Amino acid sequence: MIRLSRLTKKYGNFTAVDSIDLHVPSGELFGFVGPNGAGKTTTLRMIAGILKPTGGKVEIAGIDIAKDPIAAKAKLGFIPDRPFIYEKLTGAEFLRFVAGLYGEQGPEVEHRARELMALFDLEEWRDELVESYSHGMRQKLIVSSAFVHRPQVIVVDEPHVGLDPKSIKILRELFKEYVRRGHTILMSTHTLDAAEALCDRIAIIAVGKIVACGTMDELRAGAEHKGGLEEIFMRLTGQLAARDLVEVLDA
Amino acid sequence: MTPAAGVRAAEPLPNPRLLHLLVPKVLTARARSVSDKKGRGVRVALLTVIGSLFWAFIFGLLYKLLVYFRGIPEIGPLLSGKLLGLMLVSFFSILLLSNVITALSSFFLAKDLDLLVSGPVDWLRLYGAKLIETVIASSWMVALMSIPVFTAYGWVYGGGWMFGLFAVAVFIPFLVIPAVIGSAITLTLVNIFPARRTRDILSVVAVAAAAGLVLVFRLVRPEQLARPEGFKSLVDFVAVLRTPTSPFLPSEWVQRSVMGLLGEKPDWLAVYLLWTTAAAFVVLGALLHRALYVNGFSKAQESAQRWARSGILSRMIMRVLRPLGVLKQELIMKEIRVFFRDTTQWSQLILLAVLVVVYVFNIKFLPLRGEGITMWLINVVPFLNLVLAGFVLASIAARFIFPGVSLEGRTLWLLRSSPMSMRDLLWAKFWVGTAPLLILALAIVGVTDYLLKVSSFMFMVSTFTIAMMTFAISGLAIGFGTVFPQFETENAAQIPTSFGGLLFMMASVAVIGAVVVLEARPVFSFLSSRLYGSQPDLLEMVFGFGAAFALCILATIVPIRVALTRLEAVER
Repeated sequence: MIRLSRLTKKYGNFTAVDSIDLHVPSGELFGFVGPNGAGKTTTLRMIAGILKPTGGKVEIAGIDIAKDPIAAKAKLGFIPDRPFIYEKLTGAEFLRFVAGLYGEQGPEVEHRARELMALFDLEEWRDELVESYSHGMRQKLIVSSAFVHRPQVIVVDEPHVGLDPKSIKILRELFKEYVRRGHTILMSTHTLDAAEALCDRIAIIAVGKIVACGTMDELRAGAEHKGGLEEIFMRLTGQLAARDLVEVLDA
Repeated sequence: MTPAAGVRAAEPLPNPRLLHLLVPKVLTARARSVSDKKGRGVRVALLTVIGSLFWAFIFGLLYKLLVYFRGIPEIGPLLSGKLLGLMLVSFFSILLLSNVITALSSFFLAKDLDLLVSGPVDWLRLYGAKLIETVIASSWMVALMSIPVFTAYGWVYGGGWMFGLFAVAVFIPFLVIPAVIGSAITLTLVNIFPARRTRDILSVVAVAAAAGLVLVFRLVRPEQLARPEGFKSLVDFVAVLRTPTSPFLPSEWVQRSVMGLLGEKPDWLAVYLLWTTAAAFVVLGALLHRALYVNGFSKAQESAQRWARSGILSRMIMRVLRPLGVLKQELIMKEIRVFFRDTTQWSQLILLAVLVVVYVFNIKFLPLRGEGITMWLINVVPFLNLVLAGFVLASIAARFIFPGVSLEGRTLWLLRSSPMSMRDLLWAKFWVGTAPLLILALAIVGVTDYLLKVSSFMFMVSTFTIAMMTFAISGLAIGFGTVFPQFETENAAQIPTSFGGLLFMMASVAVIGAVVVLEARPVFSFLSSRLYGSQPDLLEMVFGFGAAFALCILATIVPIRVALTRLEAVER
């Protein structure tokens, strides 16, 4: 459903994403983890068609996003890490607008929007302008907007930021059910226990390259470590070389 | 016991110095000034040239006027003083309005406030830092404007170098006083209304006040005051000149100080009043800040509840737009909703209305009847009217159409990741802006043509031309607005004042000028033929009007094409 072939992004001399190959099939919830600045968001924004790759190819449902961006994007829903939306639209209007971008409107869209807002406890706020929403409410509205047009693929960057525990639980269930119905979700996260619990497969990215990819068992085998994702992550991304805390705090 | 675990009560509490609080602003300004962003050199050079020309124009105009006044015995200095007083009153009104608005951002909505308020910064230093920020942000334009004014006065009346220093010394308290008053008004308002609602109220009040001033100034027809028959005698005239404009206003004190120094008797009382009032106001302002700021800042964090439901009008527009398809319908509805729910945006319509009223008013009172007014003049005026109407439309497009793409900056992720082509976005913005602009353009030209009683030929020419110009101006606004976007600016009103806005205005003026020049010959030819009973040159007319038409079409399409390429390359 998502296929990345030698995907590369350079900013001048700096290579943010270095020739990544990846295939995420239908019905899979795929996790993307890595330290800050590893290239996760850049990769996701290239998949969403926001950034133009320096090299390589992105295919969504078999459609090359560079060759037919409109058709590829029609299959996609994107949830960014920063919830910037139109401040002067109400929550309901925003969902209607997003559905309209994907050519959908009518009672079915209204019904879906209402259900999604109710799911995230936003129903009371549906006719209130987004400018009065909290950070978490905006995040929930953006998540809802990605589901309102029922895309085949959802690309989501840091979905848990700003959400309360109840919403996080709902979101996880929603992701699982959506994937069970044959859709695909590619999720980037720093919440390693969420990735471990939710994802069918996980890729660990560091310095723009995928350093490990597979199911939890495959990752354990590759890292020659029997622990959880956190230990494997630390081992593979060199995060164990962190400074001695005592030394830092005594400084 | 280690020293770290010792008694901490004796340690002084941290309290960053006032200058420390201003460091980020200074560093930001420095970073901007040394930025090596592409095209910066050209921008700086262009702005310097335009700024210098503007200064030279103000200086030249005032210089001529003051030299003339100086030559009038007895009342010359009175006239100069009155003129300075009027300019300073205008400055003071502008400063007051601008400070009220700026104080809301700097004291309550700025992004650095969370850091400062949560840090160990005492109320007085916070007040000082934010007041300095407010003074600079709201007064720089007035301060720059005052330079050629004071230079002209100093030059004509032989003030010398010391006069420059003196002018600076009296102008500083003149800037501080409205800043303190403005901050105090804002502080009080924020304690009554939530900050975001206060911003809405202030934007409407400020724009309405500015519009009211312009309207009143125009409707009293000040040009009549220049007529000598307006006064019964010279004594009356001198009496009016001698009366202080407003004895309790700082503008009057600055005028008395400046004219006193340039004349025979320096007025030290006025200087004293300026400085002591400024000092007393700062102290009172600080005390008010101590009493109200904590509560006000807390209220500023609360957002006003803002409900919105689709009304009948909205549903009607939806129905009209239905044939365009879901995507375009939603895009256009979104543009309309966002515009009319943003007070800072729609309140500009008040100014627009005033601009149009003043424009039509000016045309109505043009002395186009009576002796010496030929048929030529009557027909040339409506033709030149097109230039002015075009300029009015360009100003409106700069304010409403030019910022369109910039305002999408933070939501571009949504539009870029959706299956919508950027072409659809640009054309939706084009039509949403052009349709009302076209109605306005046709109304302005229709009404002014009616007032000027133009011939049917001139009516057709002006209607056709203004319609074509409207398309060209909208195309240019979309084009330049996309090529020079201001994605990070939150205030739509600031976007047209950017470098791209300046280039857009220059390009619009060039296109308007070119269209009028291209049409001048066929219009001349037609009017000559009517006057002398000959046949107009058909080829000349086809070529002239055809070239103007082609130019407008090019000016509409080419900028949008360039904008499309630019927008598709944007990575955000």
